[in-house]
Amino acid sequence: MKRFTKALAASALLSLTISAATAAETIKVGVLHSLSGTMAISETTLKDTVLMLIEEQNKKGGVLGKKLEPVVVDPASNWPLFAEKMRGLLTKDKVDVTFGCWTSVSRKSVLPVVEELNGLLFYPVQYEGEESSKNVFYTGAAPNQQAIPAVDYLINEMGVKRFVLAGTDYVYPRTTNKVLESYLKTKGVAAEDIMINYTPFGHSDWQSIVSDIKKFGSAGKKTAVVSTINGDANVPFYKELGNQGISSSDIPVVAFSVGEEELSGLDTKPLVGHLAAWNYFQSAESKANAQFIKTWKEYIKDNKRVTNDPMEATYIGFKMWVKAVEKAGTTDVSKVTDAMVGISVPNLTGGTATMLKNHHLTKPVLIGEIQEDGQFETVWETEGEVAGDAWSDFLPGSKDLISDWTKPVNCGNYNTVTKKCIGAK
Amino acid sequence: MKIFKIILLNLLILSASLGATLKEDSAKLLTKSFKTKEKAIVELTSKYSKDEKLEFLFQKLLKGELYYTKSDKTIVYVKQKVEDNYQTIDIFTNEDLKLSSKYDFKKIKINNKLRSIIKSSLAKINLFSSNEDTRFKSAKNLLTNLDIKNEELINEVLATEKSSKVKEVLEETSTALIAKFKIGQEQKEAIKKLGDYLSPKSLEVLTEISTTNEDEEIVKLAKTSLASIETNRSFYSFLEQAFFGLSMGSVLLLAAIGLAVTFGVMKVINMAHGELIMIGAYTTYALQQIMPNLIEYSIIVAIPAAFIVSGLVGIAIERLVIRHLYGRPLETLLATFGISLVLQQIVRTVFSPLNQEVKTPEWMSGALEINSALSLTYNRLYIIIFSIIVFLFVLYILNKTSLGLKVRAVSQNREIARAMGIKASWIDAITFGLGSGIAGVAGVALSQLTNVGPNLGQAYIVDSFMVVVFGGVGNLWGTLIAAFTLGEFNKFLEPVAGAVLAKVIILVFIILFIQKRPRGLFPQKGRDAQD
Repeated sequence: MKRFTKALAASALLSLTISAATAAETIKVGVLHSLSGTMAISETTLKDTVLMLIEEQNKKGGVLGKKLEPVVVDPASNWPLFAEKMRGLLTKDKVDVTFGCWTSVSRKSVLPVVEELNGLLFYPVQYEGEESSKNVFYTGAAPNQQAIPAVDYLINEMGVKRFVLAGTDYVYPRTTNKVLESYLKTKGVAAEDIMINYTPFGHSDWQSIVSDIKKFGSAGKKTAVVSTINGDANVPFYKELGNQGISSSDIPVVAFSVGEEELSGLDTKPLVGHLAAWNYFQSAESKANAQFIKTWKEYIKDNKRVTNDPMEATYIGFKMWVKAVEKAGTTDVSKVTDAMVGISVPNLTGGTATMLKNHHLTKPVLIGEIQEDGQFETVWETEGEVAGDAWSDFLPGSKDLISDWTKPVNCGNYNTVTKKCIGAK
Repeated sequence: MKIFKIILLNLLILSASLGATLKEDSAKLLTKSFKTKEKAIVELTSKYSKDEKLEFLFQKLLKGELYYTKSDKTIVYVKQKVEDNYQTIDIFTNEDLKLSSKYDFKKIKINNKLRSIIKSSLAKINLFSSNEDTRFKSAKNLLTNLDIKNEELINEVLATEKSSKVKEVLEETSTALIAKFKIGQEQKEAIKKLGDYLSPKSLEVLTEISTTNEDEEIVKLAKTSLASIETNRSFYSFLEQAFFGLSMGSVLLLAAIGLAVTFGVMKVINMAHGELIMIGAYTTYALQQIMPNLIEYSIIVAIPAAFIVSGLVGIAIERLVIRHLYGRPLETLLATFGISLVLQQIVRTVFSPLNQEVKTPEWMSGALEINSALSLTYNRLYIIIFSIIVFLFVLYILNKTSLGLKVRAVSQNREIARAMGIKASWIDAITFGLGSGIAGVAGVALSQLTNVGPNLGQAYIVDSFMVVVFGGVGNLWGTLIAAFTLGEFNKFLEPVAGAVLAKVIILVFIILFIQKRPRGLFPQKGRDAQD
């Protein structure tokens, strides 16, 4: 009889856990990346990365004993649609976290919605800084983690004296170039040694501009191009450079938006030796990276696909979020946000990424030279990780600002001189 | 006799030890540090500059084909890559090594700095090459890296050099060297002479002299020479800009000429025109995938192929959709816009949303150098010529063939043309196919200039309509003139206003122009112009 009650109790317990398991809701993860339109070329990859990471996590048993459920929406490279889709994710699907956006303008469009509805967004792309939100974690590079070290490399290692700042005409290049211009001036570069040039999106006729760069570069001082040219416009730009006979040893180009993925659609011959500054290269030699590349190629079922920096940023963001949720014991946005600060996960280049008080990461900075196979060869890297700085020290308006989302400051734009929080503008 | 033997033996030992040391010294290249490699390269150059093996080694290094085996550190170069295995050759013994996994090798990597050091040391060796082009490149390298140590070498080569092209560069180098490093009468003469050259290096040397030299007479001489170079260069830069304008015009012409047929002659507003261009570009890509070893010819083959593929797609569009919408421009516009989205998404699904790599054949890369101040890029040059050929082809078909006669008849008066026994619906399909095919051909040319991706067409659709409307709907010559006018206009505006503003100014200009002359530059005249 005793045995019978035991069995009964056991089966009751079992059925209870089963029903509990079925009753347990999944944790919903929003994926807000364009799958159609002009940005699909870059953003589709990040959607796949998030899905891959979710699948992997679910194999390990999910988070807090619950499975993760991806909710994929397509904002179609349409900036206002980003805000609408974000609202849908937060109110209709009630996602606990969202990974998304690529261009700064899409992030700016989503920002008020995320703040209003107290959502949680992980933004995985390098950006221009000058922004900080309690609800957003910036896992890409801030300007001091990409642009500034790259220029330092040019000045110190290559002896560059003249700079061409070439960019596509929108917010990221304009702000980055503003930061760079004032930084270069503090380094003693004269105004006539800086040439700034903007082109429209998708610009394809680079003849005059390349010819101008050629002229600018023949003044006897070592010249380099710092390129914030975005997306598709890069291919014709490099082609024109090659055709007009400008090689990387004459005038090197350092790009902030050209990664492995962009190179995979490109005849790389004329590009060999040009540079890029990132926080991750597929060629980074570490076990974690080898594993990541292997998983990615298996997941996407294409041996030729490459990995890139925003994918690493997505990877780090995802791992951090999982860790923070486990630490907080809940997916409640406020609690997870608090738990996030100080969390460390290994990055893919063999170091550690730590989430800072300003919702930015510590990252190593790598300078790579483009190789013929479309990969980068690291030629220089920072000693350790660089802490991301939301507000540039080289712009007059933001010099005194810091961002600190922990008590007692708890402010995205705290002025260290007046000791006041400016708050939302 | 004994002495002779000893000498011979010594020589043998010497040569053997020399060979061994090049091999030994090159082992210093097997390091991760670029600084150590730099030292090694400089050392190798100074020690073994006469050794042919070194030149070979450097060339392989420059190309990134130099590897070493992880097991015994033998320096090898790759002969063939078979999937994940490399077939390599020992660089010193010329021995064919066994096919072995790529993970057994490590590449000897170089960076930009090393690349330029190797290039300049190769330049000295290559001055004696039998290939004129190689010698020319070497001479150019010596000019950009002015070094008084090379003076003797240059004079030596100058004495025997036959090619006038190479000779001129070397003479300029020699003059620049004298102007920069020598003093006295010799320098003054050199400064005067330097004014006849055009290269940026001469400009640089003269600028340096005019700003740093203390002798007033020399400064004055340098300034006169500088002024003469500047005038010459500004003339050539004007020519260069004109060429840029022509080239941009030719791209506009290519993109617009198909539209000039479908929109101009048939009056069909085809928003999918850009996608037909894209299909042409993808045809080029597909062909290159099919024939990976014949890249040089792929572009030529792609021209008829793209014409046929895009033409067929065009005919299908006409038969399935547009045929039902004649005389309803608004519906046609919406329907074709829908088709353009469908075509884009099909390409995304079939080929992936990523851009595809279309290779540039050797004969289309590089530039035709007229002199140091003016060089015309080959791809642009060919595209200008190609656009004119396409234009003449369309002109011929429309004006000189019986098909063209029928096309014009149908577009002028459909009913009467039909009464004359012309199969109007058949002519519609053929004309639309012709316009679409031409768009496909434009895609082949554009694949050499820009990205081949699903969005390729969108970038050109607005420009195409702009050209056709500006030139006057229905007038092929108008399209030609409009394309080149807009190209030149844009390119001369760009240096002054910047690329973004130049585009805006052109659009504003066209809007104003259309206000004044709604029918474009060359409006159709006569009775049929009224509808």
